[in-house]
Amino acid sequence: MMQDYEMVIGLEVHVELKTNTKIFCRCATKFGAAPNTQCCPVCTGMPGSLPVLNKRVVEYAVKAGMATNCRIALNSKLDRKNYFYPDLPKAYQISQYDKPLCEQGWLDVETSAGEKRIGITRIHIEEDAGKLIHSPGKGTLIDMNRCGVPLIEIVSEPDIRSAEEAKLYLQKLRAIMLYVGVSDCKMNEGSLRCDVNLSVRKKGEKALGTRTEMKNLNSFQYVVKAIEYEFARQTELIDQGGAVRQETRRFDPATGKTSSMRSKENADDYRYFPDPDLVPVVLTQQQLDDWKKEIPTLPDERKKNYVEKFGLSALTAEQLVIRKEIADYFELAAAVTKAPKLAANLVVNEVARLAPEGTEIPVKPEHLAKLADLAEAGKVNSSTCREVVGLLFKQDADPEELIRRQGLEQVSDPALLEQYAKEVVAASPKAVADYQAGNAKAFQALVGQMMKRTKGKGDPALIREILQKLV
Amino acid sequence: MTGYKTITGMSLRQLSEALAAGEVTSRQATQAYLDAIAAADGDVAAYLTVTGPEALAAAEASDARRAAGKALGPLDGVPCGIKDNICTKDVRTTCASKMLEHWIPPYDATVMTALQKQGAVMLGKLNMDEFAMGSTTENSAFKATHNPRALDRVPGGSSGGAAAAVAADEAVFTLGSDTGGSIRQPAAFCGVVGMKPTYGLVSRYGLVAFASSLDQIGPLTKTVWDNALVLQAIAGQDPNDSTSVAAPADYLTGIADGVKGMKFALPKEFLSEALAPDIAAALRKTADRLTALGAAVEEVTMPELDKALPAYYVISSAEASSNLARFDGVKYGFRAQNFTDIHSLYKETRSQGFGAEVKRRILLGSYVLSAGYYDAYYKKALEVRALIKAAFDKVFEQYDAVLSPVAPTTAYKLGEKVDDPLAMYLGDVYTVPVNIAGLPSLSLPCGQDREGLPIGLQLIGKPFGEAALYRAGYTLEQDRIGG
Repeated sequence: MMQDYEMVIGLEVHVELKTNTKIFCRCATKFGAAPNTQCCPVCTGMPGSLPVLNKRVVEYAVKAGMATNCRIALNSKLDRKNYFYPDLPKAYQISQYDKPLCEQGWLDVETSAGEKRIGITRIHIEEDAGKLIHSPGKGTLIDMNRCGVPLIEIVSEPDIRSAEEAKLYLQKLRAIMLYVGVSDCKMNEGSLRCDVNLSVRKKGEKALGTRTEMKNLNSFQYVVKAIEYEFARQTELIDQGGAVRQETRRFDPATGKTSSMRSKENADDYRYFPDPDLVPVVLTQQQLDDWKKEIPTLPDERKKNYVEKFGLSALTAEQLVIRKEIADYFELAAAVTKAPKLAANLVVNEVARLAPEGTEIPVKPEHLAKLADLAEAGKVNSSTCREVVGLLFKQDADPEELIRRQGLEQVSDPALLEQYAKEVVAASPKAVADYQAGNAKAFQALVGQMMKRTKGKGDPALIREILQKLV
Repeated sequence: MTGYKTITGMSLRQLSEALAAGEVTSRQATQAYLDAIAAADGDVAAYLTVTGPEALAAAEASDARRAAGKALGPLDGVPCGIKDNICTKDVRTTCASKMLEHWIPPYDATVMTALQKQGAVMLGKLNMDEFAMGSTTENSAFKATHNPRALDRVPGGSSGGAAAAVAADEAVFTLGSDTGGSIRQPAAFCGVVGMKPTYGLVSRYGLVAFASSLDQIGPLTKTVWDNALVLQAIAGQDPNDSTSVAAPADYLTGIADGVKGMKFALPKEFLSEALAPDIAAALRKTADRLTALGAAVEEVTMPELDKALPAYYVISSAEASSNLARFDGVKYGFRAQNFTDIHSLYKETRSQGFGAEVKRRILLGSYVLSAGYYDAYYKKALEVRALIKAAFDKVFEQYDAVLSPVAPTTAYKLGEKVDDPLAMYLGDVYTVPVNIAGLPSLSLPCGQDREGLPIGLQLIGKPFGEAALYRAGYTLEQDRIGG
C-alpha cells in the first residue's frame, strides 16, 4: 500500500546564468537567435581553440551560493566530463567535479505542515551543450548557439518527501535566483530545468531504496506529476514483489507517465580530470565580502519582516515573497493602507492569480490599498472585494468611486436587513424549524437567502445577528 | 655580402640585415626559398602544403612597406614554415592526419597573428607525426620526412618537417611544437637550433592540442641568435590562453655576454649506459668547453628523473584521449561513410581516421582516466610530476642551467623503430622531464658522431630563464665557429 511508503527525493536544478556572454568565449547568449549565429571557434570546440573563464559566471554562481547559505570555496577548479554526444562538439563538457564553487547550503520552505529546511549539497558551474533539431527529411541538425551558455547546477540533499515539498523547494530556489538577479529562470526557455531523483522506502526505514532519475523537467507541474506517477509506480512494483531498477526515465507530459530511457547499470564513465586549458579558480575573502554586499534583501528576510511588521501568517508571507514583483507590489500597497493583512490576502489570492508572471499589474497599489481600507471599514464585504479587484484589473479606477458607481456598497442598513430577514423567515418555515431543532446547517441556508436578497452585498455579520434575534 | 653563397644559405640575422640594407628583396628571398623547396623537397618531404602565391603576395607587400619606410622590424619579409598543427586561417591545417586532411581553419593561431604583424612570410605547412605523436615523423598519414643530413635517416619528430626544412635551407626559420621533445629531438637529429619555451611563455591558442598541460610552440632556426629573435616575436601573454603568462622577453640584449660565472649542473642519471658513447663524449667535451669559457659545471644527482617517462606517457595520453575526442565525424574533418547509427559513425570514423600511434595513445589515455584506475595511474603521475618539479627547483637553487643530452642516439634509419613503440618512447627519456616540469630548454648542435650525424645538446633553464639559455647557447655556438 502506498501509505506504507515514503518517497525520498533529491533535485538537480540547472539554472542558466544571465551573463551577456558565454562561459568560455565572448559570444552572445541571447535566447531565440537564428541557429548557429552566436558561436565562434571556442564554443564550437574548434581544434586549437581554448576556453577562457568568464569571471562574471564565477560571481553569479558565488552569489547564488551565498543566497542559499552555501560555503564558498576560495580554491576551486574546472574539470572535463568526457562523453560523446552530437550536441557536444568537444566531446567533453567543462564542468566541476570534486571541487565545486559552493557546498553545504540550505533553504527553508513553508509547507502546509510548517517550515522545512532542505539541504543543498553543492552548486557548480558548467557549460551548456548545443541543441539537436530533428527535422523530418533533413535528418538531425545541430544549433550550437547554446554551446557554452553558462549554467549552474544546484544539487539538493535527498531531503524532500513529497511532490508538494519539491514544488515549494523549486519555487523558493527560483525566487532566490530571481532576487539575486543571476538568472531570469524562464522555464519555457529552458533557463531553469530540473532532474528528479526519486526512491521509495517503507516508512521508518533508514536505508535508501534504488532510485530512478527523471531528466529535464521544465515545469513545476511536470515535476509534481512525474513525482506522483513515479512514487505510485515504484511502490506498486515493490508491493508486487518486484524491484526498482536504477535507470533514467523519461516523463511524458501528454500521458503523465514515466518510461525507461536507459539503464544506469552499465553506467557511463565520464573520466573526469582537471581541465589543463584552464587555471584554478582562486578567490579572495575580500572579493567574497564585496559580492556579499551586492546581494539584495532575500525572500526569507522579507517574509520575516511581513510576519513581524504586519502580523501576516508565515504561509501568506511566503506566498507573497515567492514572487519578487508581487512582494514589491504588496509593499507599495502596505505602505499606504491601514489594513495590511487584508491587502496581503487580496494580493496573494487575487492579484497574484490575475497577473501571471511576466505581466504587468494594471492596478495601482494605492487603489488596492484603498480597497483594503474600505473593506476594513465595512464599506464592502469580502466577496465583493474580490470582485472589485477583478473589475480594477479590467479598468483601473478609484475603488471607492467604482463601488459607488456600480452600487457595490455593503448593505448594512439594519432596518432594511431586518425587513428582508422577516420576509426570509416567513418564506422558509422548514429551515426555521430545522434550525430550532438544532440543525446548524439550516441557519446557513437562511444566511444564503439573505445574501441572495442583497445581491451578495449584505454585511454578513449584521445578517447573522439579525437572523439570530429573529429565530 | 660576404660569408654566404646564396640567399637560402643565410641565417635569419643575415637575411634580415640584407633586407634592411636593400641588398635583397623579400620577393627575391621568398622566390629563392620556393625554388629551394621545389628542388629539395622531393627528397626531404618537409612540407605538406606550400602556399607559393600567398607567400609571394605577402613578400611583395613587405617590400612595398619597406620601400615606403614602414618596415615592421627584423622579421619583415622573412620566409618561414609552420608546423601543420598550428592553425592558419584559410590554409589547410592537417596535423598530418587523415582526420583533418581537408580541414581549413577559419582563424589564425595567436603565434600566426604575431608573425603577420611583424611581416613574416609563410611559405607553407610542415610535416609532422600525426597529431604530434611520435619521434620520427613516420607517423604522418601522408608521407615520411627524410633527414637532410642523411636522407636514409629519420629527421626526428614530431616536428620533423620543421627541423628538416631549416636543415635543408627550405625556410629561414620554422615554428614547431614540443610536448615531450618534439622540437628539441628533431633539432638535434637535423643539426639545427630548437627551443622549447617555458610553459605559458607562448600562447597555445590555435595550436591543435595534443597534451594541453605540456604543449608549447617554439622556434627552430639555423643559429641561436635567430632563435632568440623569433621567440621574442612570438612570446607574450594572450587573453585567449588562460595558461599564458606575462614575462619579459628580451633575449638579445645580453646574448653575447658570455658564460663566465654561470653554473651548470650535469645530472649523473643522464650519463647512463643507455646513452650512445659518442653523445656522452660530446656532452663531456661541451662541459669542458663551458669550464674553459669561465663557467662551472658540476655533476648532480636527480634520481626522480627515471620516473619522468612513465609519468609523461600517462599524463600526455590522458589529455590526448580527451583532446582528440572531438574528432568523431560529427563536426570536424573526416567522416566514415559506412555507418548505420551515431555509435557506428563514431566508431568507424575514429577507426578509419586515426593512425595506429594515435589510437594507441587514446586507448592508453582513456584507460588511465577510467574509474578504478585513475588513482593508480593519472593521480600517481601528477604526484610524480610534482616530485620532478621539486627536484628541478632544488637544482636551480644552486645552478643556472642543466646540461643534458637531447636523445640517447643520433638519427636512426627510417623504418628502424617504427614497429617498436616502446623503443621509440625510450628515446624521449631526456626531453620529457622538461615538459613535465614546464621548463625552457634549448637544443643546439654540439658536434657529430662517428658517422657524421649531428649530435644535440640540451640546456635546461629555470622557468622564464630563456635569456640565460640563449646566452650560454650563443657562447658555445660562437666558440664552436671560432674554434
